[in-house]
Amino acid sequence: MISKREKELIAEIWESLTPVAEDIGSDALLRMFASFPGTKTYFSHLDISPGSSHLRSHGKKIVLAIAEGAKDISQLTVSLAPLQTLHAYQLRIDPTNFKLFSQCILVTLACHMGEDFTPIAHAAMDKYLSAFAAVLAEKYR
Amino acid sequence: MVKWTDKERSTINAVWDKVDIDEIGPQVLARVLIVYPWTERYFGSFGDIFTVTAVLNNPKVAAHGKVVLKELGKAVKNMDNIKGTYASLSQLHNEKLHVDPDSFRLLADCITISVACKLRSALDPQVQATWQKFLSAVVEAMSSQYY
Repeated sequence: MISKREKELIAEIWESLTPVAEDIGSDALLRMFASFPGTKTYFSHLDISPGSSHLRSHGKKIVLAIAEGAKDISQLTVSLAPLQTLHAYQLRIDPTNFKLFSQCILVTLACHMGEDFTPIAHAAMDKYLSAFAAVLAEKYR
Repeated sequence: MVKWTDKERSTINAVWDKVDIDEIGPQVLARVLIVYPWTERYFGSFGDIFTVTAVLNNPKVAAHGKVVLKELGKAVKNMDNIKGTYASLSQLHNEKLHVDPDSFRLLADCITISVACKLRSALDPQVQATWQKFLSAVVEAMSSQYY
C-alpha cells in the first residue's frame, strides 16, 4: 500500500527528474548492463555504449514512462496498458529483469539525490517501482 | 569461490575506505527496517522500531548497524576466503537466530543505496557492478550454512 504522502513524494521526485530524464535513464541502464550483463541480450540490436544516442533516447523513454505513471499511481493499470501489451507480446522481456532494473534506478536516484534520498523516499520509491513492475508483467500470461 | 582481479580488489577497497562505519552502519540497518518492515521480526528485543522516527532514533538499531558493518569489513580483509570468514556467523543466523537468508540480500541492497547516497558520482556503473559482486559473495557466504 502506498500512502497519500508517499504518492505525493514519488510524483514530486519524478517531476523534478523529468528535465534530466536522458541522464537518469541512461545512467540506470548502464548500471544494469554493468551489474547484470545478461540484460544486454535484449538490446543486441542497439548501440548501448555510454553516451550513445540509442542509450540516451531509450533511457529517456523509460524515465518519462515512470514519471507519467507517478502522476496518478492509482491509475497505473490504465496508464500502462499500452506498455503492458508491448512488453508481453512484442518485447517479451523476462519480468525478472524488472527487479534488476528497479534496483539500478534506486542506485541512480541515490547517487543523484545524495542525502535527499532518505529512507522514507527510498521506501516509497521501492514500493512504486515494484507496483510499476507488477502492472507491467500482468499481461504476460 | 570468487576469483578477484586486481582492479576489482582495488575498487572494493577504495569504496570501503570511504565508508565511515559509525555513520553508514546505523543508516543501513535503519533503511532495511524502514524499506522492508517485515525484517522487524528479528529485532524483538530492540524496543520500539515500528515507525520511521522510532527506527531512526533507536540506539540499539544504530549500535547494531555498526556491528553489522564491522563484520562486513572482515570480508574486505579476507576476500579470498569470504565463505570461511562467515561460516560460523551463517550457522548462527540459521540455527539460533532463524533469519531468512533472503534478508541478507535486502541488507546488501540497502548497503549499496547508503553508499551511493554518500559516494554519489564516485559510485559509477562499473564501481557499482564490482561492489555488488562483492556483496553477492558476502550474501552467498552468509547463506552457506543453511541446509
